[in-house]
Amino acid sequence: MSQGNMNLTLKVWKQKNKNEKGRFETFDAKGISPDMSFLEMFDVVNERLISSGKEPIAFDHDCREGICGMCSMYINGRPHGPKQGVTTCQLHMRSFKDGDTIVVEPWRSAAFPVIKDLAVNRSSFDRIIASGGFVSVNTGNAKDANNILIPKHDADDAFNAAACIGCGACVAACKNSSAMLFVSAKVSQLALLPQGQFEKKERVLNMVKQMDEEGFGNCTNTGACEAECPKSISLENIARMNREYLKASFS
Amino acid sequence: MSEKSFFLSSSIGKKIAMGLTGLFLISFLIVHVSVNSCIFINDGGITFNTAAHFMATNPIIRIIELGLFAGLILHIIFALLLTIENKKARPVGYQKINGSANSNWYSRSMGILGSLLLIFLVVHLAHFWIDTKIAVFTGKADEHNTFNEMKKVFSVWYIVALYLIGVGSLLFHILHGFQSAFQTLGLNHKKYTPIIKKTGLWFSIIVCLLFASMPVAIFAELIK
Repeated sequence: MSQGNMNLTLKVWKQKNKNEKGRFETFDAKGISPDMSFLEMFDVVNERLISSGKEPIAFDHDCREGICGMCSMYINGRPHGPKQGVTTCQLHMRSFKDGDTIVVEPWRSAAFPVIKDLAVNRSSFDRIIASGGFVSVNTGNAKDANNILIPKHDADDAFNAAACIGCGACVAACKNSSAMLFVSAKVSQLALLPQGQFEKKERVLNMVKQMDEEGFGNCTNTGACEAECPKSISLENIARMNREYLKASFS
Repeated sequence: MSEKSFFLSSSIGKKIAMGLTGLFLISFLIVHVSVNSCIFINDGGITFNTAAHFMATNPIIRIIELGLFAGLILHIIFALLLTIENKKARPVGYQKINGSANSNWYSRSMGILGSLLLIFLVVHLAHFWIDTKIAVFTGKADEHNTFNEMKKVFSVWYIVALYLIGVGSLLFHILHGFQSAFQTLGLNHKKYTPIIKKTGLWFSIIVCLLFASMPVAIFAELIK
């Protein structure tokens, strides 16, 4: 064990499948380097579990560079752990202290059923995206880049909304399990651009309808989603979605 | 193709109903606190009783009062519907929640604060509203002295304490509710939202300080 390594205790949610009742189990994480990411720490723990013949802890991960939205984990009472604007793969063990006990839970939402342990099924998000439908574009030769002029601040707002990686931290952080931040980002990124105007009304009506059908809760504007979003998606998007929904409902 | 679902059955529709009724109830607070502040003139309640008499007997105010009750009932019904849905949306809760890391405690406690307010409101109506109604319907509105009634009610220390708890709940309820209503109605703007938030903050503080000072001032016999 090298200098500065940490010994931690993990209290992790273990659940066989979506139908079985889960429970917390305690694991030792000894000799953890502060330079590891939180997921690498889980890799080390899992390697040790496997080599001692035990079942490893199931958790979601993919790109490990904060852009795919796969890693979840509700760490010590916050989605993606104690740092702001990062995913779990970008969270380093130096954010914890030697001897800490870390509680790790899956995203908790009726719309995100647990697959196993810390892995949840987020296909409700995919169905919301699918309900938004298509965007009509002309095919054929590539158009001149400046064919459709877009004001700078609209382009910026659309890009900021499009930064959403669909990880579900907003739902996990919200006391009501509301998916408003996610849906509003997806509605906004197209509603702000000229290319998204044709199907604008249908899109917001269908996406909100699908969101409600999936069993997400309702927004009470606590702002927890915005604070916990790894991509810092703004609450302005929720207000924009409400406006779009009002306009589409009464016209 | 989209089929429109009934506006008020959607999540956003219900939120907007909450916001609109909430703002309507807030507008009532302005009238209520203005009329009651007449006691601070300290003229033995003459001005206050005149204003209270007008509020109790004017036919237009009577009609608005019905609207007020309708708004209150709708606010409560939609709150209940939303709360039930929200509870269903998370069947298995977290063991450890660090809520203060991402939001204000009062923004997360609107249901509890609202319930406290409702209990307070029942007591408050029993103290003042019912007596006034009886006086109006028995044709004794001219003899009814609301100021004297206020002095009687606020001579008991635990009633004063109860009113302070009620006003405290109101403070935090509208501290979140005021700016939240604007956000729900889609009014979020880089330039205007900070102004709305500041207005909400000062509105909540001023209205609640005025309300709280009434039972205290009468109990301390600063107003005679």
